Amino acid sequence: MELQKFQYDNKIVKWFAYATMTWGIVGMLAGLVAALQLCIPALNFNLPYTTFGRVRPIHTNAVIFAFVGNGIFMGVYYSLQRLLKTRMFSDFLGKVHFFGWQLIIVLAAVSLALGKTTGKEYAELEWPIDILITLVWVVFGWNMFGTIIRRRERHLYVAIWFYIATFVTIAMLHIVNSIEIPVSFWKSYSWYAGVQDALVQWWYGHNAVAFFLTTPYLGLMYYFLPKAANRPVYSYRLSIIHFWSLIFIYIWAGPHHLLYTAVPDWAQSLGVVFSVMLIAPSWGGMINGLLTLRGAWDKVREEVVLKFLVVAVTAYGMATFEGPMLSLKNVSAISHYTDWIVAHVHVGALGWNGFMTFGVLYWLIPKMFRVELYSKKLANAHFWIGTLGIVLYAVPMYWSGIMQSLMWKEFTPEGQLKWQFMDTVTKMIPFYYTRAIGGTLYLVGAVMMVYNLVKTIKAGNFLANEEAEAPALEKEFKTHGKEHWHRWIERKPVQMMIVSLVVVMIGGIIEFVPTFLVKSNIPTIASVKPYTPLELHGRDIYVREGCYTCHSQMIRPFRSETARYGEYSKAGEFVYDHPFQWGSKRTGPDLARVGGKYPDSWHYSHMLDPTSMSPGSIMPPYPWLFDDQIDVSSTVAKIKAMKRLGVPYPEGFENIAAADMEKQAKIITESLKKDGIQTLADREIVALIAYLQRMGMDIKNQPKETANK
Amino acid sequence: MKFINYLESVTGVGIYPLTSLIIFFVFFIGVTFFIIKGRKEYFDTLSQLPLNSSNSESVISNSKAYDEASK
Repeated sequence: MELQKFQYDNKIVKWFAYATMTWGIVGMLAGLVAALQLCIPALNFNLPYTTFGRVRPIHTNAVIFAFVGNGIFMGVYYSLQRLLKTRMFSDFLGKVHFFGWQLIIVLAAVSLALGKTTGKEYAELEWPIDILITLVWVVFGWNMFGTIIRRRERHLYVAIWFYIATFVTIAMLHIVNSIEIPVSFWKSYSWYAGVQDALVQWWYGHNAVAFFLTTPYLGLMYYFLPKAANRPVYSYRLSIIHFWSLIFIYIWAGPHHLLYTAVPDWAQSLGVVFSVMLIAPSWGGMINGLLTLRGAWDKVREEVVLKFLVVAVTAYGMATFEGPMLSLKNVSAISHYTDWIVAHVHVGALGWNGFMTFGVLYWLIPKMFRVELYSKKLANAHFWIGTLGIVLYAVPMYWSGIMQSLMWKEFTPEGQLKWQFMDTVTKMIPFYYTRAIGGTLYLVGAVMMVYNLVKTIKAGNFLANEEAEAPALEKEFKTHGKEHWHRWIERKPVQMMIVSLVVVMIGGIIEFVPTFLVKSNIPTIASVKPYTPLELHGRDIYVREGCYTCHSQMIRPFRSETARYGEYSKAGEFVYDHPFQWGSKRTGPDLARVGGKYPDSWHYSHMLDPTSMSPGSIMPPYPWLFDDQIDVSSTVAKIKAMKRLGVPYPEGFENIAAADMEKQAKIITESLKKDGIQTLADREIVALIAYLQRMGMDIKNQPKETANK
Repeated sequence: MKFINYLESVTGVGIYPLTSLIIFFVFFIGVTFFIIKGRKEYFDTLSQLPLNSSNSESVISNSKAYDEASK
């Protein structure tokens, strides 16, 4: 058969590799700043753009979508061409994809620093960027499927299945979770409210981990690990089971982020069961990766790429063992809202994603530049300093997380809570320092790698177009006798995509449909009323400043929590919360019932200087709220948007909203005046106080007999 | 625009989990059957794919070996 000559495109791979390195350093640096802000609050610099509430989303978005995102594309563009024996479908689409993605990253960083956020974790970007992401993602898919259709290799290797599942599922998750009503160009409200918003958000949040941080990287593992070890994967059979069971089960597990919250109990149980089941495919994949090295462990001692890959796969195994454990309700009761979760995700992020990326970079760059790595010694040093960094990061966070949780729950023999919340915060400080040291070591390692690779690149000679040849694919596939049905899927990328889409949609639909449709799942509470215009403005400020990154609004039904915060949270309390703000971490105390707990003047002084009201506080001050005016020009649009979402404001309410705001603001300024504080009624702090004083009041004001409808 | 379209009862909702269980179960039996029935040489050929990407080695898919193996 005649061999066709063609060229692999290495240029696009090189670009994505450079972007991976650049954004990796930027994202880790943002993480280090955020970590240090928790022990040295002065590092918030009293500026809106640099407070923790904005830096933390910048960090998470940068490392997930910029660092790992570019890492995915680097690996996919390299391996896809070689596995399919063809050049990428279109160089132009590749460029659009590359520059589009970098544009998204820059827009994301700028808009998050400016406080443009939807307030939904890992989906903070506002609607214009959401649309841009969708378009660029389609370009990526178009280029990928174009390549698959043009292939010279009939069979789709298992890595490509993982890429296809990634593409379809992320598209579905992103679109469903990002449905929002625009208020202005940079402001929108989530279509969903309260419990439903929480379910959709954590279905998205959990599966962003599954289909952005896990499946594409498993694809990379199935390609680069055999490549680096120069031996085939341990069991191809196992990889097939791994793939189908992983994508089937993962999609269901989202509600484990919401255990003991106001989410219906059946949804919580569903999340637990599927999370526990997940251990099987995850460990199947890990074992498949590690056993690929059977009989080649001597190579691991010498080859730095393999060292990184082995630790990455091991970290994947540890994180996916821990995940199902954390999903058990009794474990979640202790771990939720604490640093334990932060440790857990960083074992995955630093170990699995980080080390896998480093390993692939150390393998790819010398290959594409046709030169030996500049310094093996330096790469080895990077391996050890990185590993030490992970340990120094994770261990203190495990320790502090468990310790803080136990302190929250401790009662004296007299039946009183033993610790003030502030006591538990000050105990965390030494651990925050240690964690920051771990993070610094990890970052130093990454900088060493960039130096090493830059030196390698300088010494090398880049091969932009790699010559290759392969026979064309026969148009008609001749089967010999009866063909097995699974091969029908394997050979056909479109069928593959449809089947994986159906598989992942089932889990999502079953999770949502009953919650959306069944009335008894969201009991309404008669005394819960929509927010006043001033409170709505205050709530938007709360979202803008990222208060949810440190404060939860969800009191779980435990004695320790009801004793500290008040009555546990009910699903019916959140029906007007677009978006929900339950939070996932309690660096500060829960705020669900903070309304009426302190006078207005307390909040005023506290926002200006938190330590004046709570000595030892690590919360940053928010001085700009005292100068900036409330954006009254948006009031009408906000009320209108809320009405479109079904919030029952009276007819024509948007026209009297301004007057209503003035009235409420006046009450607050007068109450402040009584305590000797002079402030103008149009300042943002007034709106924020209005919102803070509203939280939880609907239930407190409610007549007793209707408490449980 | 209001998203919440309540039904008054849970009647009939049970069809969702039941359907998904059946799909899940049938699909898994299918995959397992395929895994057990498949020939070793076929899977071996597939697992070699990443290792044969350079030039002339890369002819597995259309080679006789592939056709033989995928019988």
